[in-house]
Formats: sequence, C-alpha cells, structure tokens
Amino acid sequence: MDFWISALKALGQGFAGLSWQAAVMIAIGSVLLFLAIAKKIEPLLLLPIGFGIIIGNLPEAQLSAHYPGGIINLLYNGGILTQLFPCLLFIGLGAMIDFSPMLGNPTVLIFGAAGQFGIFLVLILALAIGFPRNEAVSIAVIGACDGPTAIFVTTKFAPTLLPAVSIAAYSYMSLVPIIQPPIMRLLTTKKERATLMSYGEKKVSRSVKILFPIITGIVTILIAPMGAPLMGMLMLGNLMRESGVIGRLVDVSQNTITNFVTLFLGLSIGASMLGGNFLKRETILIFILGALAICLDTVAGVLLGKVMRVLSHGKINPLLGAAGTSAFPMSARVVQKEGQKANPRSFLLYHAMGANTGGQIGSVMAAAVMLAIMTTIK
Amino acid sequence: MKDIGFGITMTVMGMGVTFLTLLLLIVIIRLLIKFLPYKKEEESGKDTK
Repeated sequence: MDFWISALKALGQGFAGLSWQAAVMIAIGSVLLFLAIAKKIEPLLLLPIGFGIIIGNLPEAQLSAHYPGGIINLLYNGGILTQLFPCLLFIGLGAMIDFSPMLGNPTVLIFGAAGQFGIFLVLILALAIGFPRNEAVSIAVIGACDGPTAIFVTTKFAPTLLPAVSIAAYSYMSLVPIIQPPIMRLLTTKKERATLMSYGEKKVSRSVKILFPIITGIVTILIAPMGAPLMGMLMLGNLMRESGVIGRLVDVSQNTITNFVTLFLGLSIGASMLGGNFLKRETILIFILGALAICLDTVAGVLLGKVMRVLSHGKINPLLGAAGTSAFPMSARVVQKEGQKANPRSFLLYHAMGANTGGQIGSVMAAAVMLAIMTTIK
Repeated sequence: MKDIGFGITMTVMGMGVTFLTLLLLIVIIRLLIKFLPYKKEEESGKDTK
C-alpha cells in the first residue's frame, strides 16, 4: 500500500508544485504561441520562445534554463551566456545582407547613426527612473532594434533581464510597421513625404563589395574593440557572400546556422523566463522604455532626414531617416510604403535599404561604444 | 545626478563615436568607388562553389 501511495505522490509532483506565477507564465507562453501560429507574427522566434516559456515553467520538469545540468541549461550556458548564439546569428545576417544600395549612395549611411539616438535617450531616462547602470544600458539597447545585439549586451551586464529585453527587442522589431508610420506622418508634411528621389540602383564594382566588409571590420574594431565579436561576424558573413567563392559556406550560414541558432536561442530564452523573475513591475517598465527607444530612434532619424532634405536642396526624402534603425528590412519597407502613399511615383525602397543596412552597422557601433565605456568604468 | 552625468557622457560619446565612425566609412566608401569604379564587364562574373 505504501508503495502505491509513494508512486502516486511521485506522479503528482508536477501538479503539487504548480504555483500561480508558473500558471501565469504558461498562459503568457500560450499567447506567444497563438501570435506565432494563428497570427503569424515572427513565428521563427515567438514559437520557440513561447514553448520554451511553457516547458521552462512546468514544475519538476528540469527544463528551466537555470536548472543545473538540464538540457536547456546546457544550451543556455553554452550559447547564451557565452554570447555564442548572437555572434553565430550575425554570421548568417552578414551573409544575407546586400550592402550594394548603401555602397551606391553612401550618404544614407548617416541615417544609421541618427537611428540609434533613442538608445541613449532611454538610457538617461532609465537611469533617472532608478535603474542601476548595468540594467539601464541593457534596457536602452532594445532601441538598437536588433535582437542579437540586445542579447549580446544584456548577457554581459544584466543577464537577469535577458528574457524581458530579448522578447521586447524581437517583438518590437516586428511591430515597426505599426510604431513608425504615425511618427513619420506627425513629423513631416505631405510635400516632404512626396519628395521624389532618383530611381535606379547605382552599380558598384565587385572589388568595392569585397573590400567594404574587410575595411569596415578593421576600422570599426580598431575604434571600438568591444564590438568585435558582433561586427567581426557580421563582416565575415558579408565577405563570404561577396567573395563569390564559398557558396556552400554562405548557404550554410544563411540557412542551417541561422535556423539552428534561432531555434535554440528562442527555446533557451523562453525557458529562462521564470515567473519569479519576469512577473515584476520592472518588466512592464522595460517594455515601455523599449518601445520609447524605438519611437525616439524614428524621431531622430526623421528629423535628420528633414535637415538632409534642406541641405540637399530637396533631393533627399526625410522619410529615409526612419530606415536608419536596425530593423532590417521592415523599416525600409515602411519607408517605401509611406513614400508611395504620399506620392505614387515615389520609389524609395532602394535608398531605404541603404539606410537600413547603415542602421545595422550603426547599432553595432553604438552597442560597442556602450560596452567599451561600461567595461572601462567597471 | 551622478548617474545622469554618466548617461549624458554615454550619450555624447556613443552618438559622437557612432556618427564619426559612419562619416569615416562614408569617406572610405567614396574613395573606394572613385579608385575602383564599376565596369560593365563585371556583369559576366560568376560564383563558384
């Protein structure tokens, strides 16, 4: 009889250990699964994250990212805490990005700088609210609009915030088509939005496309060595793509590595979101500040766009400034759509893609500078 | 206020370095394009696997 009672107790441990926080987190994970599957919002990320949240919060399952020796713990420790996963993702990203639009019109690269302004404004705000420096930096980097960069910085300075920061970063990237247009319309007149830019891509030599990632990698890493893992991997991926001699490695970077890492990164991050850490007032603040950072990125970019329009005597459409974020290629598509709404003859996609790729470089530079200063001060 | 000072320093340094780096890259790209201009013959270039 005792044996039967012990066996029943062992089998019922899961139910006995289920806390209200775990139940809420399971509900949150289910919502993410719904968004991914039914609404098709960022399914590549939200599905593994959502399922990771569910299995990570099931009691006694030993699948939390923080359970020592568990299989997800191995992935979390090996891929997230070592910052390996974000770097591998950047190889794939570099292999997918075509810098030709930016190389054909390098002036748009400057929008990639303005598109990072929100990071620093939110940093000041987070500090003013009372977040310590390491957490404020991790929250502000959501404004980089780049999941791997946000994970890279947050892992280094505030790993406990990693679940909230990564969910915010990836979610807001997919919400860029909703966040940016109202700001773009608010800050520009219809006449400005209707500005026509030269149509047609400007071709760039193969030598320039090959030298660009090499020189950019060297220059940016010399300026901000702390960003070397991200910038180095981004430029490696791009160099492989542009060299044209290692198609197999480009293919595996674009597909196998990126898909492998996306799956296990999402699963690990989801399984690290435990109710006790996530269900706090600070989490809501993180989401609010993250959204604000992206809004301010857009504001700064569009305002710079207006200045550039004046300086170029009406040749540059100020909407391009909104593409200076790292949300590639969503921001570029938003700019194209808003431009065509104002003027059906306007075709801004090519220029916007240039600004968008500039935003990718700008976001890594901004993160590298923050890493460098934080590391020095520590 | 000490932390706000840190934030302002980070903003000035962060935005300054980012802007200057991208300006430098613009100059470098323009020089590359000037000294390595596009030639029509390059359109027949092929990838190898």
